[in-house]
Amino acid sequence: MPELIAPLAGNVWKVLIAVGDKVEMDDEVIILEALKMETPIYCDDAGTITELKVKEGDAVNEGDVLAVIG
Amino acid sequence: MIAESLREYTMLNILKELIYSSGAVSLTGGNLVMWMVAFVLLYLAIKKQYEPLLLLPIAFGILIVNLPLTFLMEPEHGLIWFFYHYGIEQDIIPPLIFLGLGAMIDLGPLIANPKTLLLGAGAQAGLYVTFFAAILFGFDLQEAGSIAIIGGADGPTTIYLTSKLAPHLLGATAVSAYAYMALVPIIQPPMMKLLTTDHERKIVMTKLRPVSKLQRICFPIVTGMTIMLVVPPAAPLISMLMLGNLFKESGVVERLTNAASNELMNIVTIFLGLSIGATMTASTFLSPKVLFIFFLGLFAFVVSTAAGLLMAKFMNLFLKDKINPLIGAAGVSAVPMAARCVHKVGSEANRRNYLLMYAMGPNVAGVIGTVVAAAILLKNLG
Repeated sequence: MPELIAPLAGNVWKVLIAVGDKVEMDDEVIILEALKMETPIYCDDAGTITELKVKEGDAVNEGDVLAVIG
Repeated sequence: MIAESLREYTMLNILKELIYSSGAVSLTGGNLVMWMVAFVLLYLAIKKQYEPLLLLPIAFGILIVNLPLTFLMEPEHGLIWFFYHYGIEQDIIPPLIFLGLGAMIDLGPLIANPKTLLLGAGAQAGLYVTFFAAILFGFDLQEAGSIAIIGGADGPTTIYLTSKLAPHLLGATAVSAYAYMALVPIIQPPMMKLLTTDHERKIVMTKLRPVSKLQRICFPIVTGMTIMLVVPPAAPLISMLMLGNLFKESGVVERLTNAASNELMNIVTIFLGLSIGATMTASTFLSPKVLFIFFLGLFAFVVSTAAGLLMAKFMNLFLKDKINPLIGAAGVSAVPMAARCVHKVGSEANRRNYLLMYAMGPNVAGVIGTVVAAAILLKNLG
């Protein structure tokens, strides 16, 4: 199942999706904050969000799974 | 009748005294110009939020030393003079800022990708070019060194070096260093686009290797010792930087890490800003020299940015896994503004390009490079 991976370390600033949402390729789904800068994370796949692994305020490392897309 | 005129006379005298002892009559045109400078900086700090933590106390410092007869900068007497004397002349504040900086920065990206150390070194080129340019403009060697260091885009190092080599230029070099740091998002992007191709900007870099805790702990100790053995004059700044970083990476002195990076940093920032502002009296600041300093500082910064970008492109000639040359621009210090700027320009070319952490490598290497360059200047000119 395709996963949405954090491309850099930071804190989860905004989660723009919820479980069950349909997403398209290139949708902006999560915004990370690192070094006082907001970095939007885009979807690499189309599908439905089946699992959300993070919530706003969480610290994530590069390579962490943010969400699972079914 | 006599009593009345006597009373009138004394009243008049008191009034006269009051007027003469007030600062207002001693105001000069220069003071008024400096008020304008202070108000512009206050506006930039409060309304535009350009480096407000520093600009606000600097601007206020300028304002109050340009009120005549307050004697705030009077040697051995004035309040701000004591801040300046002990904080800056005696070199207490810049190393303490470095302690806090060390406790905040993550050297991980540099450890993971030590090649980027070359970018931090390459971006110091502007400094050396400007040194000679300043001499051509008629500055003496000490002044030229202080102006050149602006190209390193590191505030505390600029202040540290200028206070030792050319203290009369302190206000101008410090303000221009901080100004160019704040202007990174305006100055750097056009140069980045000019010196790199769209294809290069799109390069996605290979994932950074993970860095172990042991490496993170050893790095500040080993690097710090090496630099101090090779260039001893770098010791005050480098030792504090590495100690701060060791606080952070050791993970056992969280209270010290927090104290160094928050409370202590904030406290010394107040004294730093006020003291820098207070060096800018009309008589020292309003000279054609200062305009040249701003111009040469900008030149230094631009050449350093270009050198970093070109160095990265040069390295790519030999590397199998190409680096994105944009990260070379982060080799000027300006932590983390320059890294943010690289990230932004990179994501404009390819929105799945996340260069922030890759740019932090050369960015922190730039800080170290600037300190080493300052130490070399200090050793030869001081």
